[in-house]
Amino acid sequence: MDMTMMKPLPHPTPVTRPFWDGLAHGEVRVQQCTECKTWVFYPRSHCNGCLSDQLEWRTVSGAATLVSFTITRQPTAPMFADEMPQRIAVVELAEGVRMTSTLVDVADDEIKVGMSLRPVFDAVSEDITLLRFTPVR
Amino acid sequence: MGLKGTAAIVGIAEYPHQRRYEGRRKFTLSQWAELTRMALDDAGLRASDINGIVCSDIREADMFTPATVVEYLGQPVNFAERIDLGGATAVGMIWRAAAAIELGICDVVVCALPALPIPTSPLPRELNPAVWYQSSSANWGSPQAEFDIPFGNLAQNCGYATIAQRYAAEFGYDPRAMARLVAQQRRSGAQNPLAAFYGAPVSEDDVLASKMIADPLRMLEIVMPVAGGGAVVLASAEVAARCRHRPAFVKGFGEHLTIKTPTYAKDLCRTPVGPASRQAFGMAGLTPAAVDAAEIYDCYTITVLLTLEDAGFCGKGEGMQFLRDHDLSYAGDFPVNTHGGQLGMGQAGAAGGMTQVVEAARQIMGRADVRQVADCNTVYVSGTGGVMSEQSALVLQGG
Repeated sequence: MDMTMMKPLPHPTPVTRPFWDGLAHGEVRVQQCTECKTWVFYPRSHCNGCLSDQLEWRTVSGAATLVSFTITRQPTAPMFADEMPQRIAVVELAEGVRMTSTLVDVADDEIKVGMSLRPVFDAVSEDITLLRFTPVR
Repeated sequence: MGLKGTAAIVGIAEYPHQRRYEGRRKFTLSQWAELTRMALDDAGLRASDINGIVCSDIREADMFTPATVVEYLGQPVNFAERIDLGGATAVGMIWRAAAAIELGICDVVVCALPALPIPTSPLPRELNPAVWYQSSSANWGSPQAEFDIPFGNLAQNCGYATIAQRYAAEFGYDPRAMARLVAQQRRSGAQNPLAAFYGAPVSEDDVLASKMIADPLRMLEIVMPVAGGGAVVLASAEVAARCRHRPAFVKGFGEHLTIKTPTYAKDLCRTPVGPASRQAFGMAGLTPAAVDAAEIYDCYTITVLLTLEDAGFCGKGEGMQFLRDHDLSYAGDFPVNTHGGQLGMGQAGAAGGMTQVVEAARQIMGRADVRQVADCNTVYVSGTGGVMSEQSALVLQGG
Protein backbone atom coordinates (compact mmCIF):
# COMPACT_ATOMS: atom_id res chain seq x y z
CA MET A 1 0.00 0.00 0.00
CA ASP A 2 1.36 3.43 -0.90
CA MET A 3 0.99 5.16 2.45
CA THR A 4 1.84 8.56 0.96
CA MET A 5 -1.62 8.56 -0.66
CA MET A 6 -3.02 8.69 2.87
CA LYS A 7 -1.20 11.83 3.93
CA PRO A 8 -3.12 13.62 6.71
CA LEU A 9 -4.62 16.89 5.47
CA PRO A 10 -6.20 19.70 7.48
CA HIS A 11 -9.98 19.69 7.94
CA PRO A 12 -10.91 23.38 8.29
CA THR A 13 -13.38 24.39 10.98
CA PRO A 14 -15.78 27.36 11.11
CA VAL A 15 -13.12 29.17 13.16
CA THR A 16 -10.18 28.48 10.84
CA ARG A 17 -11.90 28.56 7.43
CA PRO A 18 -10.81 32.13 6.49
CA PHE A 19 -7.14 31.12 6.90
CA TRP A 20 -7.51 28.23 4.44
CA ASP A 21 -9.62 30.29 2.04
CA GLY A 22 -6.88 32.93 2.07
CA LEU A 23 -4.19 30.41 1.17
CA ALA A 24 -6.34 29.13 -1.72
CA HIS A 25 -6.32 32.72 -3.01
CA GLY A 26 -2.56 33.12 -2.54
CA GLU A 27 -2.95 35.25 0.59
CA VAL A 28 -1.69 34.78 4.14
CA ARG A 29 -4.45 35.84 6.52
CA VAL A 30 -3.78 36.11 10.24
CA GLN A 31 -6.08 37.27 13.03
CA GLN A 32 -5.39 40.37 15.10
CA CYS A 33 -7.14 41.30 18.35
CA THR A 34 -8.90 44.66 18.03
CA GLU A 35 -8.69 45.19 21.82
CA CYS A 36 -5.03 44.43 22.66
CA LYS A 37 -3.59 44.29 19.11
CA THR A 38 -2.06 40.81 19.67
CA TRP A 39 -1.50 38.85 16.47
CA VAL A 40 -3.07 35.40 16.84
CA PHE A 41 -1.97 32.14 15.23
CA TYR A 42 -3.17 29.39 14.90
CA PRO A 43 -6.66 30.81 14.31
CA ARG A 44 -8.77 30.98 17.45
CA SER A 45 -12.19 32.14 18.62
CA HIS A 46 -10.55 34.18 21.39
CA CYS A 47 -7.35 36.22 21.61
CA ASN A 48 -4.52 34.33 23.33
CA GLY A 49 -3.37 37.63 24.82
CA CYS A 50 -6.54 38.95 26.48
CA LEU A 51 -9.26 36.36 25.63
CA SER A 52 -11.31 38.96 23.75
CA ASP A 53 -13.51 37.53 21.00
CA GLN A 54 -12.98 40.68 18.92
CA LEU A 55 -10.55 39.26 16.37
CA GLU A 56 -10.21 40.57 12.82
CA TRP A 57 -8.65 38.85 9.85
CA ARG A 58 -5.79 40.78 8.23
CA THR A 59 -3.93 39.92 5.05
CA VAL A 60 -0.20 40.01 5.76
CA SER A 61 2.87 39.68 3.52
CA GLY A 62 3.90 36.20 4.68
CA ALA A 63 7.49 37.42 5.12
CA ALA A 64 9.07 35.25 7.79
CA THR A 65 12.31 34.17 9.47
CA LEU A 66 13.45 30.66 10.33
CA VAL A 67 13.29 30.05 14.10
CA SER A 68 14.51 26.45 13.87
CA PHE A 69 14.35 23.34 11.73
CA THR A 70 15.25 19.70 11.49
CA ILE A 71 16.14 17.54 8.54
CA THR A 72 14.75 14.05 9.11
CA ARG A 73 16.73 10.99 8.04
CA GLN A 74 13.79 8.65 8.45
CA PRO A 75 10.16 9.63 7.79
CA THR A 76 8.26 10.92 10.85
CA ALA A 77 5.42 8.66 9.61
CA PRO A 78 5.14 6.34 6.57
CA MET A 79 2.79 8.85 4.88
CA PHE A 80 5.69 11.28 4.50
CA ALA A 81 8.10 8.85 2.81
CA ASP A 82 7.81 10.83 -0.46
CA GLU A 83 9.12 14.03 1.19
CA MET A 84 12.50 12.64 2.28
CA PRO A 85 14.39 14.24 3.72
CA GLN A 86 11.64 16.23 5.41
CA ARG A 87 12.78 19.80 6.09
CA ILE A 88 10.48 20.62 8.97
CA ALA A 89 10.56 24.21 10.13
CA VAL A 90 9.39 26.54 12.86
CA VAL A 91 8.91 29.93 11.21
CA GLU A 92 8.03 33.34 12.61
CA LEU A 93 6.00 35.76 10.51
CA ALA A 94 6.99 39.45 10.54
CA GLU A 95 3.97 39.99 12.83
CA GLY A 96 5.60 37.74 15.46
CA VAL A 97 3.42 34.64 15.29
CA ARG A 98 5.03 31.24 14.86
CA MET A 99 3.89 28.33 12.73
CA THR A 100 4.92 24.82 11.74
CA SER A 101 5.83 24.41 8.07
CA THR A 102 8.26 22.78 5.69
CA LEU A 103 11.01 24.38 3.63
CA VAL A 104 10.95 23.85 -0.14
CA ASP A 105 13.35 24.58 -3.03
CA VAL A 106 16.32 24.74 -0.69
CA ALA A 107 19.58 22.83 -0.33
CA ASP A 108 20.24 21.29 3.09
CA ASP A 109 23.49 23.23 3.62
CA GLU A 110 21.70 26.47 2.75
CA ILE A 111 19.34 26.21 5.73
CA LYS A 112 20.34 28.54 8.56
CA VAL A 113 18.46 29.59 11.69
CA GLY A 114 17.48 33.25 11.29
CA MET A 115 17.33 33.19 7.47
CA SER A 116 14.65 35.23 5.68
CA LEU A 117 11.80 33.27 4.12
CA ARG A 118 8.95 33.95 1.77
CA PRO A 119 5.67 32.04 1.46
CA VAL A 120 5.00 29.30 -1.09
CA PHE A 121 1.36 28.38 -1.69
CA ASP A 122 1.19 24.62 -2.27
CA ALA A 123 -2.21 23.42 -3.49
CA VAL A 124 -2.12 19.83 -2.23
CA SER A 125 -5.76 19.02 -2.95
CA GLU A 126 -8.85 20.64 -4.45
CA ASP A 127 -9.71 22.13 -1.06
CA ILE A 128 -6.42 22.56 0.72
CA THR A 129 -3.44 24.81 0.04
CA LEU A 130 -0.58 24.40 2.51
CA LEU A 131 1.67 27.32 3.45
CA ARG A 132 5.28 26.31 2.91
CA PHE A 133 8.35 28.56 2.86
CA THR A 134 11.46 29.08 0.77
CA PRO A 135 14.53 31.27 1.32
CA VAL A 136 14.54 34.86 0.06
CA ARG A 137 17.40 34.97 -2.46
CA MET B 1 3.94 28.92 50.22
CA GLY B 2 4.01 25.21 49.71
CA LEU B 3 4.71 21.97 51.51
CA LYS B 4 5.97 21.64 55.06
CA GLY B 5 7.84 18.54 53.86
CA THR B 6 6.20 16.00 56.18
CA ALA B 7 5.07 13.48 53.53
CA ALA B 8 7.58 10.93 52.28
CA ILE B 9 8.15 8.16 49.80
CA VAL B 10 8.37 5.07 52.01
CA GLY B 11 8.20 2.18 49.53
CA ILE B 12 9.25 1.54 45.93
CA ALA B 13 8.56 -1.13 43.30
CA GLU B 14 9.84 -1.54 39.79
CA TYR B 15 9.46 -4.13 37.04
CA PRO B 16 12.59 -5.10 35.11
CA HIS B 17 12.66 -2.99 31.94
CA GLN B 18 12.90 -5.16 28.83
CA ARG B 19 13.10 -4.40 25.13
CA ARG B 20 11.39 -7.71 24.34
CA TYR B 21 9.09 -8.62 27.20
CA GLU B 22 9.45 -12.30 28.00
CA GLY B 23 7.07 -12.61 30.94
CA ARG B 24 3.34 -13.32 31.11
CA ARG B 25 1.13 -10.54 29.75
CA LYS B 26 -1.03 -8.88 32.38
CA PHE B 27 -3.85 -6.37 32.31
CA THR B 28 -2.99 -2.86 33.51
CA LEU B 29 -5.28 -3.43 36.48
CA SER B 30 -3.40 -6.62 37.41
CA GLN B 31 -0.14 -4.72 37.15
CA TRP B 32 -1.61 -1.99 39.36
CA ALA B 33 -2.46 -4.56 42.02
CA GLU B 34 0.90 -6.29 41.71
CA LEU B 35 2.98 -3.10 41.87
CA THR B 36 0.88 -1.82 44.77
CA ARG B 37 1.47 -5.00 46.77
CA MET B 38 5.20 -4.86 45.95
CA ALA B 39 5.49 -1.22 47.06
CA LEU B 40 3.48 -1.84 50.25
CA ASP B 41 5.60 -4.90 51.12
CA ASP B 42 8.69 -2.82 50.50
CA ALA B 43 7.45 -0.18 52.94
CA GLY B 44 6.15 -2.66 55.48
CA LEU B 45 2.54 -1.55 55.06
CA ARG B 46 -0.69 -3.47 54.33
CA ALA B 47 -3.35 -3.08 51.65
CA SER B 48 -5.85 -1.88 54.26
CA ASP B 49 -3.50 1.04 55.07
CA ILE B 50 -4.18 2.62 51.65
CA ASN B 51 -6.45 5.65 51.66
CA GLY B 52 -5.33 7.42 48.51
CA ILE B 53 -4.31 6.55 44.95
CA VAL B 54 -2.93 8.49 42.02
CA CYS B 55 -3.20 6.89 38.60
CA SER B 56 -2.85 7.74 34.95
CA ASP B 57 -4.46 6.06 31.93
CA ILE B 58 -5.18 2.35 32.07
CA ARG B 59 -5.74 0.17 29.02
CA GLU B 60 -9.02 -1.33 30.26
CA ALA B 61 -11.03 1.90 30.68
CA ASP B 62 -11.03 5.34 29.06
CA MET B 63 -12.96 7.07 31.83
CA PHE B 64 -13.70 6.66 35.54
CA THR B 65 -10.11 5.44 35.83
CA PRO B 66 -9.52 6.18 39.53
CA ALA B 67 -12.76 4.47 40.59
CA THR B 68 -11.95 1.49 38.36
CA VAL B 69 -8.54 1.14 40.03
CA VAL B 70 -9.93 1.61 43.54
CA GLU B 71 -12.62 -1.00 42.91
CA TYR B 72 -10.07 -3.50 41.54
CA LEU B 73 -7.77 -2.99 44.52
CA GLY B 74 -10.74 -3.30 46.85
CA GLN B 75 -9.51 -0.46 49.03
CA PRO B 76 -11.74 2.58 49.60
CA VAL B 77 -9.90 5.92 49.46
CA ASN B 78 -10.39 9.56 50.43
CA PHE B 79 -8.18 10.85 47.65
CA ALA B 80 -8.02 9.75 43.99
CA GLU B 81 -6.42 11.53 41.06
CA ARG B 82 -5.75 10.80 37.41
CA ILE B 83 -2.72 12.62 35.99
CA ASP B 84 -2.29 13.44 32.30
CA LEU B 85 1.16 15.03 32.04
CA GLY B 86 2.99 12.62 29.74
CA GLY B 87 6.52 12.16 31.01
CA ALA B 88 5.86 14.58 33.88
CA THR B 89 3.08 12.34 35.19
CA ALA B 90 5.20 10.53 37.80
CA VAL B 91 6.55 13.75 39.34
CA GLY B 92 3.07 15.28 39.12
CA MET B 93 1.70 12.28 41.04
CA ILE B 94 4.22 12.60 43.85
CA TRP B 95 3.59 16.22 44.74
CA ARG B 96 -0.18 15.82 44.57
CA ALA B 97 0.03 12.80 46.88
CA ALA B 98 2.30 14.72 49.27
CA ALA B 99 -0.07 17.71 49.26
CA ALA B 100 -3.06 15.49 49.99
CA ILE B 101 -1.19 13.83 52.88
CA GLU B 102 -0.19 17.21 54.32
CA LEU B 103 -3.81 18.34 54.08
CA GLY B 104 -4.60 15.40 56.35
CA ILE B 105 -7.17 13.78 54.06
CA CYS B 106 -5.12 10.59 53.72
CA ASP B 107 -1.86 9.15 55.06
CA VAL B 108 -0.93 6.29 52.69
CA VAL B 109 -1.09 7.01 48.96
CA VAL B 110 -0.02 4.69 46.13
CA CYS B 111 1.19 6.14 42.81
CA ALA B 112 1.65 3.53 40.08
CA LEU B 113 2.50 3.59 36.39
CA PRO B 114 2.29 0.05 35.01
CA ALA B 115 3.60 -0.41 31.45
CA LEU B 116 3.93 -4.10 30.65
CA PRO B 117 2.15 -5.50 27.57
CA ILE B 118 -1.47 -6.54 28.17
CA PRO B 119 -3.00 -9.79 26.81
CA THR B 120 -4.02 -9.72 23.14
CA SER B 121 -7.67 -8.70 22.85
CA PRO B 122 -10.14 -11.02 21.08
CA LEU B 123 -12.09 -7.92 19.92
CA PRO B 124 -11.49 -6.31 16.53
CA ARG B 125 -8.84 -3.64 16.69
CA GLU B 126 -10.01 -0.08 16.07
CA LEU B 127 -7.69 2.19 14.14
CA ASN B 128 -6.73 5.24 16.16
CA PRO B 129 -5.24 7.83 13.77
CA ALA B 130 -3.58 9.71 16.63
CA VAL B 131 -1.57 6.63 17.53
CA TRP B 132 -0.81 6.09 13.86
CA TYR B 133 0.69 9.57 13.56
CA GLN B 134 2.31 9.20 17.01
CA SER B 135 0.59 12.42 17.97
CA SER B 136 -1.74 13.30 20.81
CA SER B 137 -4.81 14.15 18.73
CA ALA B 138 -5.99 13.70 15.17
CA ASN B 139 -9.51 14.88 16.11
CA TRP B 140 -11.34 17.49 14.08
CA GLY B 141 -10.77 20.90 15.66
CA SER B 142 -7.50 19.84 17.27
CA PRO B 143 -4.89 22.55 16.54
CA GLN B 144 -2.24 19.86 16.24
CA ALA B 145 -4.26 17.89 13.67
CA GLU B 146 -4.90 20.98 11.57
CA PHE B 147 -1.64 22.93 11.78
CA ASP B 148 1.19 20.56 12.73
CA ILE B 149 0.42 17.02 11.56
CA PRO B 150 -0.05 17.96 7.86
CA PHE B 151 3.59 19.07 7.78
CA GLY B 152 4.85 15.81 9.23
CA ASN B 153 5.66 17.48 12.57
CA LEU B 154 4.87 14.26 14.42
CA ALA B 155 5.98 12.29 17.42
CA GLN B 156 8.70 13.61 19.67
CA ASN B 157 11.89 13.38 17.58
CA CYS B 158 10.92 16.32 15.41
CA GLY B 159 10.15 18.73 18.24
CA TYR B 160 13.24 17.87 20.26
CA ALA B 161 15.39 18.13 17.13
CA THR B 162 14.12 21.66 16.43
CA ILE B 163 14.88 22.62 20.04
CA ALA B 164 18.41 21.19 19.74
CA GLN B 165 18.94 22.94 16.40
CA ARG B 166 17.86 26.26 17.89
CA TYR B 167 20.21 25.68 20.84
CA ALA B 168 23.04 25.03 18.38
CA ALA B 169 22.36 28.34 16.64
CA GLU B 170 22.17 30.36 19.88
CA PHE B 171 24.87 28.74 22.03
CA GLY B 172 26.81 26.26 19.89
CA TYR B 173 26.63 22.48 19.87
CA ASP B 174 29.12 19.80 20.83
CA PRO B 175 28.05 16.35 19.62
CA ARG B 176 30.91 14.75 21.60
CA ALA B 177 29.73 16.33 24.86
CA MET B 178 26.27 14.88 24.22
CA ALA B 179 27.84 11.50 23.40
CA ARG B 180 29.79 11.71 26.67
CA LEU B 181 26.50 12.20 28.56
CA VAL B 182 25.02 9.09 26.93
CA ALA B 183 28.13 7.01 27.64
CA GLN B 184 28.10 8.04 31.32
CA GLN B 185 24.41 7.24 31.76
CA ARG B 186 24.84 3.92 29.97
CA ARG B 187 27.73 3.21 32.35
CA SER B 188 25.28 3.61 35.24
CA GLY B 189 22.57 1.65 33.43
CA ALA B 190 25.03 -1.18 32.82
CA GLN B 191 25.20 -1.58 36.63
CA ASN B 192 21.40 -1.64 37.08
CA PRO B 193 19.89 -5.16 36.90
CA LEU B 194 16.43 -3.64 36.20
CA ALA B 195 17.68 -1.68 33.16
CA ALA B 196 17.14 -2.78 29.57
CA PHE B 197 20.81 -1.97 28.95
CA TYR B 198 22.10 -3.84 32.04
CA GLY B 199 25.62 -4.99 31.25
CA ALA B 200 25.62 -3.04 27.98
CA PRO B 201 27.67 0.17 28.18
CA VAL B 202 28.48 2.23 25.07
CA SER B 203 31.41 4.49 24.20
CA GLU B 204 31.30 8.09 23.01
CA ASP B 205 32.35 6.86 19.59
CA ASP B 206 29.47 4.36 19.55
CA VAL B 207 27.06 7.25 20.11
CA LEU B 208 28.67 9.43 17.42
CA ALA B 209 28.60 6.49 14.98
CA SER B 210 24.91 5.78 15.59
CA LYS B 211 22.44 6.69 12.88
CA MET B 212 21.29 10.29 12.49
CA ILE B 213 17.50 10.31 13.01
CA ALA B 214 16.55 13.99 12.86
CA ASP B 215 19.43 16.48 12.78
CA PRO B 216 21.19 16.80 15.22
CA LEU B 217 19.77 13.83 17.17
CA ARG B 218 21.41 10.43 16.79
CA MET B 219 19.85 7.06 17.59
CA LEU B 220 21.69 6.51 20.89
CA GLU B 221 20.64 9.98 22.13
CA ILE B 222 17.00 8.90 21.91
CA VAL B 223 15.24 6.60 24.39
CA MET B 224 14.32 3.09 23.34
CA PRO B 225 10.73 1.96 24.02
CA VAL B 226 10.55 -0.91 26.49
CA ALA B 227 8.13 -2.80 28.73
CA GLY B 228 8.37 -1.86 32.39
CA GLY B 229 6.66 0.28 35.00
CA GLY B 230 6.96 1.20 38.62
CA ALA B 231 5.19 2.44 41.73
CA VAL B 232 5.86 4.24 44.97
CA VAL B 233 3.91 4.56 48.19
CA LEU B 234 3.90 7.84 50.07
CA ALA B 235 2.98 8.26 53.72
CA SER B 236 2.71 10.83 56.48
CA ALA B 237 5.66 11.34 58.84
CA GLU B 238 3.78 9.38 61.53
CA VAL B 239 3.29 6.37 59.25
CA ALA B 240 6.79 6.76 57.78
CA ALA B 241 8.26 6.37 61.27
CA ARG B 242 7.03 2.76 61.40
CA CYS B 243 8.08 1.85 57.84
CA ARG B 244 11.13 -0.28 57.00
CA HIS B 245 13.29 2.20 55.11
CA ARG B 246 14.64 5.69 55.54
CA PRO B 247 11.85 7.98 54.26
CA ALA B 248 12.46 10.33 51.31
CA PHE B 249 10.55 13.45 52.30
CA VAL B 250 8.99 15.65 49.61
CA LYS B 251 10.46 19.02 50.57
CA GLY B 252 9.64 21.02 47.47
CA PHE B 253 7.92 20.79 44.12
CA GLY B 254 7.12 22.87 41.10
CA GLU B 255 5.13 22.41 37.91
CA HIS B 256 4.89 24.65 34.87
CA LEU B 257 3.00 24.30 31.58
CA THR B 258 3.25 26.64 28.63
CA ILE B 259 2.42 25.04 25.29
CA LYS B 260 1.81 21.61 23.79
CA THR B 261 3.76 21.88 20.54
CA PRO B 262 7.13 23.66 20.71
CA THR B 263 6.36 25.63 17.54
CA TYR B 264 4.27 27.89 19.78
CA ALA B 265 6.86 28.29 22.54
CA LYS B 266 8.04 31.88 23.00
CA ASP B 267 11.61 30.64 23.54
CA LEU B 268 12.66 27.14 22.50
CA CYS B 269 15.76 27.18 24.72
CA ARG B 270 14.27 28.41 28.01
CA THR B 271 12.00 25.64 29.20
CA PRO B 272 9.20 25.28 31.78
CA VAL B 273 11.43 23.20 34.07
CA GLY B 274 13.11 26.53 34.98
CA PRO B 275 10.15 28.05 36.85
CA ALA B 276 9.18 24.59 38.15
CA SER B 277 12.65 24.01 39.61
CA ARG B 278 12.93 27.50 41.11
CA GLN B 279 9.68 26.88 42.95
CA ALA B 280 10.83 23.43 44.10
CA PHE B 281 14.16 24.69 45.47
CA GLY B 282 12.54 27.78 46.98
CA MET B 283 9.94 25.68 48.77
CA ALA B 284 12.65 23.37 50.11
CA GLY B 285 14.77 26.35 51.19
CA LEU B 286 17.69 24.92 49.21
CA THR B 287 19.78 25.80 46.17
CA PRO B 288 20.88 23.49 43.34
CA ALA B 289 24.33 23.35 45.02
CA ALA B 290 22.78 21.35 47.90
CA VAL B 291 21.92 18.39 45.68
CA ASP B 292 23.80 15.08 46.12
CA ALA B 293 22.31 13.54 42.96
CA ALA B 294 19.96 14.65 40.20
CA GLU B 295 17.52 12.28 38.48
CA ILE B 296 16.74 14.27 35.35
CA TYR B 297 14.09 13.25 32.84
CA ASP B 298 16.05 12.14 29.79
CA CYS B 299 13.93 11.26 26.80
CA TYR B 300 16.75 12.86 24.75
CA THR B 301 20.19 14.25 25.53
CA ILE B 302 18.94 17.79 24.80
CA THR B 303 16.33 17.37 27.58
CA VAL B 304 19.09 16.75 30.14
CA LEU B 305 21.21 19.61 28.82
CA LEU B 306 18.39 22.16 29.02
CA THR B 307 17.29 20.90 32.45
CA LEU B 308 20.84 21.24 33.82
CA GLU B 309 20.79 24.87 32.67
CA ASP B 310 17.21 25.85 33.45
CA ALA B 311 17.15 24.17 36.88
CA GLY B 312 20.24 26.20 37.76
CA PHE B 313 22.98 23.55 37.92
CA CYS B 314 24.87 25.73 35.42
CA GLY B 315 24.19 28.93 33.52
CA LYS B 316 22.28 29.31 30.25
CA GLY B 317 24.55 28.34 27.37
CA GLU B 318 27.04 26.63 29.71
CA GLY B 319 25.56 23.14 29.50
CA MET B 320 28.00 21.73 26.95
CA GLN B 321 30.97 22.93 29.02
CA PHE B 322 29.31 21.45 32.14
CA LEU B 323 29.11 18.09 30.38
CA ARG B 324 32.77 18.34 29.36
CA ASP B 325 33.86 19.33 32.90
CA HIS B 326 31.93 16.77 34.97
CA ASP B 327 31.49 13.02 35.23
CA LEU B 328 27.74 12.42 35.46
CA SER B 329 27.91 8.65 36.07
CA TYR B 330 26.98 7.17 39.47
CA ALA B 331 30.69 7.24 40.37
CA GLY B 332 31.24 10.78 39.10
CA ASP B 333 31.56 14.20 40.75
CA PHE B 334 28.00 15.17 39.72
CA PRO B 335 25.84 12.02 39.67
CA VAL B 336 22.91 12.31 37.25
CA ASN B 337 20.51 9.47 36.46
CA THR B 338 22.34 7.01 38.64
CA HIS B 339 20.02 4.22 37.44
CA GLY B 340 21.08 4.85 33.86
CA GLY B 341 18.21 7.23 33.22
CA GLN B 342 15.74 6.29 30.55
CA LEU B 343 18.61 6.25 28.06
CA GLY B 344 19.93 3.31 30.13
CA MET B 345 16.69 1.81 31.47
CA GLY B 346 14.65 2.19 28.28
CA GLN B 347 11.41 4.19 28.24
CA ALA B 348 8.28 2.37 29.34
CA GLY B 349 5.85 4.97 28.01
CA ALA B 350 4.67 7.52 30.56
CA ALA B 351 6.11 5.23 33.25
CA GLY B 352 9.56 6.34 32.12
CA GLY B 353 9.49 9.28 34.50
CA MET B 354 8.74 6.93 37.40
CA THR B 355 12.24 5.45 37.07
CA GLN B 356 13.67 8.84 38.08
CA VAL B 357 11.38 9.03 41.14
CA VAL B 358 12.10 5.45 42.20
CA GLU B 359 15.86 5.90 41.85
CA ALA B 360 15.80 9.15 43.84
CA ALA B 361 14.05 7.36 46.71
CA ARG B 362 16.36 4.35 46.35
CA GLN B 363 19.44 6.57 46.66
CA ILE B 364 18.05 8.37 49.74
CA MET B 365 17.14 5.01 51.29
CA GLY B 366 20.72 3.90 50.64
CA ARG B 367 19.68 0.87 48.59
CA ALA B 368 21.38 1.50 45.23
CA ASP B 369 24.09 -1.15 45.72
CA VAL B 370 27.15 -0.48 43.57
CA ARG B 371 25.47 2.65 42.22
CA GLN B 372 24.97 4.14 45.69
CA VAL B 373 26.07 7.77 45.98
CA ALA B 374 27.88 8.28 49.31
CA ASP B 375 25.96 10.31 51.94
CA CYS B 376 23.03 10.82 49.61
CA ASN B 377 20.56 13.06 51.44
CA THR B 378 19.16 15.51 48.91
CA VAL B 379 18.01 14.55 45.40
CA TYR B 380 16.49 16.66 42.63
CA VAL B 381 14.02 14.97 40.26
CA SER B 382 12.54 16.36 37.05
CA GLY B 383 9.71 15.20 34.80
CA THR B 384 9.13 16.31 31.24
CA GLY B 385 5.92 15.80 29.29
CA GLY B 386 5.21 16.52 25.66
CA VAL B 387 8.09 18.37 24.04
CA MET B 388 9.51 20.42 26.94
CA SER B 389 5.97 21.71 27.31
CA GLU B 390 4.75 20.42 30.67
CA GLN B 391 7.44 19.96 33.28
CA SER B 392 7.64 19.22 36.98
CA ALA B 393 10.37 19.13 39.59
CA LEU B 394 10.84 17.67 43.08
CA VAL B 395 13.35 18.15 45.85
CA LEU B 396 13.50 15.03 48.05
CA GLN B 397 15.41 14.78 51.30
CA GLY B 398 16.18 11.93 53.67
CA GLY B 399 14.63 11.93 57.13
